[in-house]
Amino acid sequence: MATAQAGYNENGAPTSFVTRWLYSTNHKDIGTMYLIFAIMAGLFGGALSVMMRMELAQPGLQYFADNPHLFNVFVTSHGIIMIFFMVMPAMIGGFGNWFVPLMIGAPDMAFPRMNNISFWLLPVAFALLLLSLFVEGDSGGMGVGGGWTLYPPLATTGSPGPAMDFAILSMHIAGASSILGAINFITTIFNMRAPGMTIHKMPLFVWSILVTTFLLLLSLPVFAGAITMMLTDRNFGTTFFSASGGGDPILYQHLFWFFAHPEVYILILPGFGIISQVVSTFSRKPVFGYLGMAYAMVAIGVVGFIVWAHHMYTSGMSVETQAYFVFATMVIAVPTGVKVFSWIATMWGGSISFRLPMIWALGFIFLFTVGGVTGVMLANAGVDRALHDTYYVVAHFHYVLSLGAVFSIFAGWYYWIPKITGKMYSDFWGKLHFWLTFIGANILFFPQHFLGAAGMPRRYVDYPDGFAFWNQVSSIGSYITALGTVCFIIGVYVTLSRRERVGNNPWGEGATTLEWTLTSPPPYHCYETLPKIKATDHH
Amino acid sequence: MTATPISVSQGSSGKHRAVGFMLAAVAAGMVGMAYAAVPLYRMFCQVTGYGGTTRVAVAPSERVTDTSIVMRFDANVSGQLAWDFKPVEAKFDMKIGENRIANYRATNVSDKTLTGTATFNVSPEAAGIYFNKIECFCFTEQTLKPGESVDMPVSFFVDPAFAEDPNTAHISQLTLSYTFYPVAGKQAATAAKVPGNDRGG
Repeated sequence: MATAQAGYNENGAPTSFVTRWLYSTNHKDIGTMYLIFAIMAGLFGGALSVMMRMELAQPGLQYFADNPHLFNVFVTSHGIIMIFFMVMPAMIGGFGNWFVPLMIGAPDMAFPRMNNISFWLLPVAFALLLLSLFVEGDSGGMGVGGGWTLYPPLATTGSPGPAMDFAILSMHIAGASSILGAINFITTIFNMRAPGMTIHKMPLFVWSILVTTFLLLLSLPVFAGAITMMLTDRNFGTTFFSASGGGDPILYQHLFWFFAHPEVYILILPGFGIISQVVSTFSRKPVFGYLGMAYAMVAIGVVGFIVWAHHMYTSGMSVETQAYFVFATMVIAVPTGVKVFSWIATMWGGSISFRLPMIWALGFIFLFTVGGVTGVMLANAGVDRALHDTYYVVAHFHYVLSLGAVFSIFAGWYYWIPKITGKMYSDFWGKLHFWLTFIGANILFFPQHFLGAAGMPRRYVDYPDGFAFWNQVSSIGSYITALGTVCFIIGVYVTLSRRERVGNNPWGEGATTLEWTLTSPPPYHCYETLPKIKATDHH
Repeated sequence: MTATPISVSQGSSGKHRAVGFMLAAVAAGMVGMAYAAVPLYRMFCQVTGYGGTTRVAVAPSERVTDTSIVMRFDANVSGQLAWDFKPVEAKFDMKIGENRIANYRATNVSDKTLTGTATFNVSPEAAGIYFNKIECFCFTEQTLKPGESVDMPVSFFVDPAFAEDPNTAHISQLTLSYTFYPVAGKQAATAAKVPGNDRGG
């Protein structure tokens, strides 16, 4: 590429900003945009959560005294933003776009223009969600305050203003973006693997994206259908979820959780993939039980579709139905256990180096396991009678998502940022980021187990004085975590302002996947001649 | 659109399109499945008595057992329907398998002719599958003139198998519950006054 065409630089990238970014069809540029979008959305959603913790630091009304409904709007927005606009864009759109083609030796995604629309639908969806904050919603206030689950009747007859319509359209567009992305990834992984890269030789991160995108493809359309019914119930007089016309609000819960339970695996499975790459790299060993690891993810995905009603134990199901969902839910602990034990077995006897990504991965394994154990407890329908909609549930899903998924995102960030930018991360700021986040998030979420077990319900702006102590501790943890996030931003700045470049493979012999054979950053167009994978190469 | 300097070889684009369309069809099929859930859920409830869905019987019960059960009656009206609606008898004792008629009384307390339709269920929910209605005011729409008051009968029996099923044998009382709602489209005059009802675009 010594001779640049007109309008393109010497790497083959368009020189015009608009052509390069707005019209981008390059998987690396689109991946970068997804990562930037996820960081910005994550900072916004994180700021909402710190404000909620400030309010909850002591009993009584502090910051939301004028408008307690706004607290519920914050809860709702925090949930929706973190799920749809932070974790999913970072893992699937960001790391998926960057590294799935690189790891399987493909020159780009199968549908590069569709990749562009998948990304640009997201800011539109985010804008619609932000608009909903400034128009009339439920409970006589601005914005949607009904929680990310958007249950009717609060979301239908209970929300007369247009805020809910904006939120529903936002979810439609974010869903369309994800479905298009899922089609793109599956086609890429099925059709564009380099010669010799068989399905059973793909790196586990690619496996995790394959399983995740199948979950998206099967579950998101059901959610789209459910919220479309809600939209017509609200605006066109249908009664899907209204008993007055023979409908049933419980039907919405079934449809929603048929989507939303696979959704929580969508949020964590790519993290499993990242952790497998990181643990293998820094233990200088191939992943223990590769096939078991791959098919454990498939099993989690399949079983994830038949456990949804464990979110609905208190909605009036028969005892037999509950017993089935208890059993099916607990079965998921088996493939999840296969994953955790295989990570430990990968480290066993390995030549471990505690580089920054590895520390994040170890933090993930520990914290995800804590969240998994409380998940098995909550799977019991009898126990759930006491813990349903309490802070115990909040603690559980933040251990697996806020600590699990987010730790895996940071592990992936520090693992791949030298490849993405060609510049090494700042070890000091990265380690400070880790320790502040690890300590802060545990102080933040562990006491919420106590609050939940003591009966403190979620989604309230205020609480009785008896819950004051652990709430204060929890809020202090939130501030420490926020400091950690500041260290992350400083670390990003330090990294980007470096002048020296890292080599192709900064991690040494443990990093065996194809992206480490390319320069850092990789050329704008790579694999002009497809790599050949020998039958003897391991994963 | 300008041509990118490097494009994926043309031979593979047909293969991509085939997989892409197949996956798009799967996504479209799942939206269809979401809508299919509505009639399927209704059928499922009717077949299994799920959620206290009652049965419709064509003929009265032929077997009366000695086991007694307390039958309670509950009546509710939607806030959007200006009716007074009560059971004539709040409860009575009956035998399992016995055919009985219970009466509800509905009065239109507004100055307009109003049409309503009732939803129903029986609790405990496990009993729904054994609760058989032969004739019920809830099978059709009911229209009341201003100030008019009518008795609304329901003819029913509890299937004798109720006493043999371990899920229901321990149950000593049943509650039959109705809720009257305005029939959509026939209540425009009253419904418009109530915020939160069908907002009609």
